[in-house]
Amino acid sequence: MARLKTFRIGGIHPEENKFSAAKPIEVFPIPEKVYVPVTQHLGAPSSLLVKRNDTVKIGTLLAKADAFISANVHSPVSGTVEKIDEIIDASGYRKANIVIKVEGNEWEDGIDNSSAIIKECNLSAKEITDILKEKGIVGMGGATFPSHIKYMIPEGKDVDYLIINAVECEPYLTSDHAIMLEKTEEILIGIDILKKASGAKKALVGIENNKLDAIAKMQEVAKSFKDIEIQPLRVKYPQGAEKQLIRALTKREVPSGKLPIEVGCVVNNVGTALASYEAVQKNKPLIERVVTVTGKAVKNPSNLLVRIGTPVKELIDHVGGLPEDTGKVISGGPMMGKAISNLDVPVTKGTSGVLMMTKAESKRKKPLNCIRCAKCVSVCPMGLEPYLLQQLVDSERWEDAELNRIMDCIECGSCQFICPSKRELLDYIRVGKARVGAIIRSRAKR
Amino acid sequence: MKLFTISGSPHINRKSSVKKIMLMVIISLLPAMFVSVYYFGISAIRVSLIAIASAVFFEWIIQKLFFKGTKSIGDLSAVVTGLLLAFNLPSNLQWWIVVIGSFVAIGIAKMSFGGLGKNPFNPALVGRVFLLISFPVQMTTWPKVDVLDFSLVDAETGATPLAIVKEGVKEGLSISEIFDKLPVTFTDMFWGNMGGSLGEVPVLALVIGALFLLGRRVITWHIPFSILATIGIFTGILHGINPDMYAPPLFHVLTGGIILGAFFMATDMATSPMTPKGQIIFGVGIGIITVVIRLWGAYPEGISFAILLMNALVPLINNVSKPKAFGKVKK
Repeated sequence: MARLKTFRIGGIHPEENKFSAAKPIEVFPIPEKVYVPVTQHLGAPSSLLVKRNDTVKIGTLLAKADAFISANVHSPVSGTVEKIDEIIDASGYRKANIVIKVEGNEWEDGIDNSSAIIKECNLSAKEITDILKEKGIVGMGGATFPSHIKYMIPEGKDVDYLIINAVECEPYLTSDHAIMLEKTEEILIGIDILKKASGAKKALVGIENNKLDAIAKMQEVAKSFKDIEIQPLRVKYPQGAEKQLIRALTKREVPSGKLPIEVGCVVNNVGTALASYEAVQKNKPLIERVVTVTGKAVKNPSNLLVRIGTPVKELIDHVGGLPEDTGKVISGGPMMGKAISNLDVPVTKGTSGVLMMTKAESKRKKPLNCIRCAKCVSVCPMGLEPYLLQQLVDSERWEDAELNRIMDCIECGSCQFICPSKRELLDYIRVGKARVGAIIRSRAKR
Repeated sequence: MKLFTISGSPHINRKSSVKKIMLMVIISLLPAMFVSVYYFGISAIRVSLIAIASAVFFEWIIQKLFFKGTKSIGDLSAVVTGLLLAFNLPSNLQWWIVVIGSFVAIGIAKMSFGGLGKNPFNPALVGRVFLLISFPVQMTTWPKVDVLDFSLVDAETGATPLAIVKEGVKEGLSISEIFDKLPVTFTDMFWGNMGGSLGEVPVLALVIGALFLLGRRVITWHIPFSILATIGIFTGILHGINPDMYAPPLFHVLTGGIILGAFFMATDMATSPMTPKGQIIFGVGIGIITVVIRLWGAYPEGISFAILLMNALVPLINNVSKPKAFGKVKK
């Protein structure tokens, strides 16, 4: 057998712990109240369109994207706006928040809520892009970048490949795996639509080789589509990182500080492809998503189809309750996810998983001296020297940190994962990136 | 309300630690230790235990007296330093010289720079070279190999093969004449049946330990391979030009602690370069300096000095051997 493709430099192999891998998607019941943050995406906040006591239906526009990089937010339920307040979301920041009391199950006109599959799509690239914007589609892998912007291809640039990220390299998470098994045809139609929107000649779908059933099913269904290639990849973290995935599939390297379009690629997550199908073919805005709820001590790890705005607490109750020994709850995966302080945090467009960690797993060990074992250098997928960046940040040598390409760090956490001295490398690098970024911006202003 | 731990990602760590790495190094040295006891008797254990105990003691007392913050006494690194120092000493060395060696290794070479990971020079080698210069007679009086003699008195002493060859060449004898007089064969050298420091002679056992370290990825092939290849090629060319003056490459590789140095001393994480490219530059440098010292210098051996000299260059090597950047923009 030919050696499977992967990205070239660095990478790690954390324990997979994909406990919910064989679990079918379960439709989670609509809660009594939902909490919908107005900003669930990367970019400028959207502006609020509703006020207290307004009646909304499923799919009603709640907040509108005014800025260039922003996204619409739609109501995930039908009912009455109870109040508009602030909530701390998974990022830890306070955000404007719409609380909706659920009443009935009324959908906005024109949304096709059936499970009938519509394959035919005769829209132009521009029309597709407009629908993505209208329906509030954002990257569902976790970065939540508004998708329509990716398909506004700049003048003079050609797209060779649409890259679909179905790698799911984060340990524990299985939501992408689950939708590939259950929504295979919808996803492939979605990919076909996105391919059209991007103008790409070919779509490449990268799936890690630990999801053999998903690879087989996707390959089978992809036969009835033109120019969509399902590519099994060697299991290695962080293969789901945009630049690493492009490297693995096309051997092209996105230059430092540039976007994938520079090497003729547009990248979207497989979950985004599904959401795009629903938006374009079924007129359905992004109001629900599949969330993996899991953990070593969790009774019944599950893949749940959840309405946006459902508090994390209700999901946890559904899978057997919060384990006694829980010390940390993470929104996302263990490598790049964010620890949340309380369980009132709602599911948003970017919530790929809820991971409960035991007390023993939650505490960081005391960091020891760097023994210069060079493991961090050998695992860095960007070819950086994390041990050196840590020293430079610690001694506030911002210019040297910039010269050593601190801004190239993708914050995958491989260096900190591998460090035998348990040093907080990424913490330091994040601080450094913030400072160096500010210096670069102030220089640009001058 | 129940509050959870908040910290930045990543939220998981690989199950490895400094202590585990040190433990693996200790395990990898055990086969050589057994062979050493077989050839040199109980005195090999005596020197090792004195070196380890004093190394750990000095680390403990210095941390207790002068260090604030994290203590590294439990991480076994002092045990490794002590054991490696012992491997570089003759098995008949007086106990107080061993203790002085440990003090220089731990106190001066390691702790005065800030402890674990901060030392620019390999501590065990600093200790060894200090003793070699300060106590040249004791440090070069090697006990003769006496299989399974467990008495603590080593009456007979003899020179190492390298020293015999060096003396012979100086006296104007040809290599083949010297080899005829040599008390040991290549097979003896391979098994460790020759005079020398207690841990440098058992070549086969050291290679087994080194393979274990390579397999567990504690060390990589870059440094040892480039040292051995450089010494092999360099001495091979000289031997090819004038086989009467210069000993064959195999002789150079099997004697004088090259295997111990290449696999266990030069690969010390704290004192070697960070990238494969840097490690190869480092290894080639060690190989060249070793051969130059052996053939044209005052000492018959040379790898200890070579490693220490290259240790000093590590920061510079790190600067010129940066890892290849992903998506580097050409200017």
